[in-house]
Amino acid sequence: MEENHKKAGGRLCCLCNRRRAALKRPKTLEQICRECFYEVFEEEIHQVIVENQLFKPSERIGIGASGGKDSTVLAYVLSELNRRHNYGLDLFLLSVDEGITGYRDDSLETVKRNEIQYGLPLKIVSYKDLYGWTMDEIVKMIGLKNNCTFCGVFRRQALDRGAALLKVDKLVTGHNADDIAETVLLNILRGDIARLSRCTSITTGEDGPIPRCKPFKYTYEKEIVIYPYDMLTYAYFKKLDYFSTECIYSPNAYRGFAREFIKDLERMRPRAILDIIKSGEDFRISMSTKMPEQGTCERCGYISSQKWCKACILLEGLNKGLPKLGIGRSRGLDNNHKKDVKQSNGTKNIEGKQCGSLDF
Amino acid sequence: MQLTLEFGGGLELLCDSVKIHNVNVSLKNEVDKLTMKDLLVWVRTNLIKERPEMFMKGDNVRPGVLVLVNDCDWELSGQLDTTLEDKDVVVFISTLHGG
Ligand SMILES: [Zn+2]
Ligand SMILES: [Zn+2]
Ligand SMILES: [Zn+2]
Repeated sequence: MEENHKKAGGRLCCLCNRRRAALKRPKTLEQICRECFYEVFEEEIHQVIVENQLFKPSERIGIGASGGKDSTVLAYVLSELNRRHNYGLDLFLLSVDEGITGYRDDSLETVKRNEIQYGLPLKIVSYKDLYGWTMDEIVKMIGLKNNCTFCGVFRRQALDRGAALLKVDKLVTGHNADDIAETVLLNILRGDIARLSRCTSITTGEDGPIPRCKPFKYTYEKEIVIYPYDMLTYAYFKKLDYFSTECIYSPNAYRGFAREFIKDLERMRPRAILDIIKSGEDFRISMSTKMPEQGTCERCGYISSQKWCKACILLEGLNKGLPKLGIGRSRGLDNNHKKDVKQSNGTKNIEGKQCGSLDF
Repeated sequence: MQLTLEFGGGLELLCDSVKIHNVNVSLKNEVDKLTMKDLLVWVRTNLIKERPEMFMKGDNVRPGVLVLVNDCDWELSGQLDTTLEDKDVVVFISTLHGG
């Protein structure tokens, strides 16, 4: 491999001082070799899990699996760490089938392969079964304009319902440091203080039915992308195959700009991503900011701060042929709330990435 | 100059969904060295069929696109100034798609 590394000037890995460096870590700017990278990548996640006490022995953990890179790497790393460090966890893959032809069906095939490759049981919950509508049918009805509202609300609830079916104690999602920095920025841009303070928490929803946590909170996207890539054989390493086609339903342009801004900042100063997360963490909610009270939906029993949960309001609109119902901030059926009371549940935790990316 | 170019993470969709391209990049002047900067222009002209803005921004790759030259992060070899030689393998992976 001598020859392969000539362009790097033959610099040695600054961790082992033996092998040639193959990558520059964005978090530390260290130049490290492939072998050391795997080790620090995995062990840092282990440290995050231990320090934040994300799991307890014998817990059942659902991994929100979209077939994309983040959740695929998360499923792999978590099952490795579970074995290596004897977490004693029962791991499950949980996927949501939104019913998007040519997109979701393909990425679900990836998850089904992961089920076999990692030996983790898989549960798929579908919009069609839960709500009677597929995303394709919803888009046919409402057009492309507001479909992300549906995607976001329905997916969150679908994951909770799938988690209940699997009887898991917790859900983990593949949100990485870049995602969280992006969400911090978006919440600032929207003036959404309630979500700003929640979106950096590594565990959320502890008061709700199923807590969610993000073991990749401090993991850079660059490293997640490079992790499965075997540079020696130019094939995906450790059979980590993932699906990387963009959702065919209009991605959220506003979020796209925030994403690009983050990536621009990262190029100039990679620390920026961790610093933005830190800033988000240091914003504390002032007691005068009104937080919605949690109750349950009268119709379906899901957590809700209003009479009906957001999904039920959206469904009511769809079923009555009034799809605009419930779209936009705090416009519920029983909307006599003050301005600063945000949408009911479904907004509890970090918002997904741009809807098109289908990460939960 | 023979090069192997690979596109991943969704970038392959910009070039007819073909992931691996074995290409022959000719130099304008035999004395000149081919750099990554030149290669990007060549790729944009010859391989990218749609949405070039997903691949490049200005004369660099779009932020969020990882580049590996012969198994190695191009941040270690000088990024745009990396010089290429015959039979080199260059990999572009987008981090911007998919969760
Ligand atoms: Zn090393
Ligand atoms: Zn959507
Ligand atoms: Zn409901």
